[in-house]
Amino acid sequence: MTTENLPGLPEEPVARKGMFGAKDSGDTSGYNRLVVRRPPKLSSSRPYGSYFDEVADALEPAFADAIERVVVDRGEITFHVRRERLPEVMRHLRDDAALRFELSLGVSGVHYPEETGAELRAVYHLCSITHNRRIRVEVSAPDADPHIPSTVQVYPTHDWHERETYDFFGIVFDGHPALTRIEMPDDWEGHPQRKDYPLGGIPVEYRGAEVPAPDRRRSYS
Amino acid sequence: MSTTETEGRIYDVAGQDWDELVKTVSESADERLVVNMGPQHPSTHGVLRLVLTLDGETVTEARTVIGYLHTGIEKNMEFRTWTQGVTFVTRMDYLAPIFNETAYCMGVEKLLGITDRIPDRAQAIRVLTMELTRISSHLVAIATFGLELGATTPMLFGFREREMVLDLMEYITGLRMNMAYVRPGGVSVDLPAGAVDKIGEFLKVMPGRIKEMRKLLDANPVYTRRTKDVAYLDLTGCMALGVTGPMLRAAGLPWDLRKSQPYCGYETYEFEVPTQNTCDVYGRYLVRMAEMEESLKIIEQALDRLSGPLKGGPVMIEDKKIGWPSQLALGPDGLGNSPDHIAHIMGSSMEALIHHFKLVTEGFRVPAGQAYASVESPRGELGAHVVSDGGTRPYRVHFRDPSFTNLQAVPATCEGGMVADVISAVASIDPVMGGVDR
Repeated sequence: MTTENLPGLPEEPVARKGMFGAKDSGDTSGYNRLVVRRPPKLSSSRPYGSYFDEVADALEPAFADAIERVVVDRGEITFHVRRERLPEVMRHLRDDAALRFELSLGVSGVHYPEETGAELRAVYHLCSITHNRRIRVEVSAPDADPHIPSTVQVYPTHDWHERETYDFFGIVFDGHPALTRIEMPDDWEGHPQRKDYPLGGIPVEYRGAEVPAPDRRRSYS
Repeated sequence: MSTTETEGRIYDVAGQDWDELVKTVSESADERLVVNMGPQHPSTHGVLRLVLTLDGETVTEARTVIGYLHTGIEKNMEFRTWTQGVTFVTRMDYLAPIFNETAYCMGVEKLLGITDRIPDRAQAIRVLTMELTRISSHLVAIATFGLELGATTPMLFGFREREMVLDLMEYITGLRMNMAYVRPGGVSVDLPAGAVDKIGEFLKVMPGRIKEMRKLLDANPVYTRRTKDVAYLDLTGCMALGVTGPMLRAAGLPWDLRKSQPYCGYETYEFEVPTQNTCDVYGRYLVRMAEMEESLKIIEQALDRLSGPLKGGPVMIEDKKIGWPSQLALGPDGLGNSPDHIAHIMGSSMEALIHHFKLVTEGFRVPAGQAYASVESPRGELGAHVVSDGGTRPYRVHFRDPSFTNLQAVPATCEGGMVADVISAVASIDPVMGGVDR
């Protein structure tokens, strides 16, 4: 697809070139001129549709500076919140009569190594039983300073979820009552679900060869 | 055996020297005792470890240690295609595999934007298999619970009935468990001939079996004394700890995603959401029993549709870029195959062969973005957070497993109670360690 005839559309950085993502050997497929670009960074503007506008109306007056951007995608709304303001925003989301997100469905970490300055993400899914609504709150932290304030005080259910995210991604939740590893052994080194975590290959008994690690094999994506 | 460490005296019973242990413990002046229960213990539902601080027979502190069954499923999925992911997620909560598959597939379908294009027959089969699985999962919960309290009859009853469900699942999918039956876009294969009759027979037998079990347990004084007013957790506690499922409904809140945020066409089925307001183990038992009865109603309705208006419909999305091309049929040799399709790709169409090869080895691409899909599993809200970077493999999949979250309620339900009630409390949470640790 060419974007030449679409004025003003920013060119996203290149994700990969060629068909199979292999760099160590020549590409015999003839696809080596293929360029795949990163998906654009989404940001939605009003009206958001559905109940999303009501949620944003109840949240934005008090926390306009805390919300970096809002994304409405595939019928779900995501509030990107500045990490310093996270506990206040969460408390407001839980307690405000127009919001009432009583139930948190935990924390999920994601690692985007190519997004400089916002590599680590903590994603919170909240559910309001009073209004029967769902939203997503996303917080980012750079790899160099992987700190996000803990929200265990607001949602006690985040206790284990934050430990899990720390265990797998190395995000340090400041203020967590006991931030220790939960799934991996206590003396484990590294955080396995980060994209830069080294994976092991499998040695085979043929001239000392080794089956390469999964992230080093030829792949389509 | 006993040794003195900095934290106090440690007693070790590795040599089965119980007499010596009792003697040395009784000599000790310290009333506070820390007992390690598990990870290999018959009543901790798999490899769960509990560290209990006891004062006499009262539990003053209960700590839960998990991670013994962590297999890195979420990481593994990042190196397989979207369709292969189903084979991984089905192994998470191994007592309710269809729910894991459905939640994951709903997430992928949301990312693909094809949620509305899933055939009705596929949705009805999903509902049917999910409700069958709910019955089998609840049966295990009640069966193992009985066994852990020392009653073998509920265990034998429960597993006998569960076997009927597993036989049905084997007949429908080819496997008893971990069947990878639900796929992005529909289900892998249509119901085999005779499945409707077999499920019909099951529907005739099962209500009587549930009644039999209720007769045995509902008013059994031994059972009620071990369950009533034990492991109390009220609505506030449930909300704060993120507890969902039968535990929440036993605290009086009729929150069931099948009713409140319907998916797979649940809004078209008639059923009730059973609740209790006792907040205790007995209430959770009653909720599970009533849910099985409701599941039977849903199965009956799904079966009527599958043998009536939805008969002969497609079970996979009619999009050749997503749905696998072969219409699999279970042959007499027990292997799934499709002679017509093989004749087509091997004999007449080179393009069809290329297409088949590309779709199966490379997989389909999913537009970049993230989605969260949730289903009401037998243990509560099972959510799948699925992230794509636009490639043929998941960028990140996270499962919000209800067992993981509900297990956080162990200290809240056990501390201050008797040590024997810890067993009831943990069993009433019904954690499945495969789902907890993933």
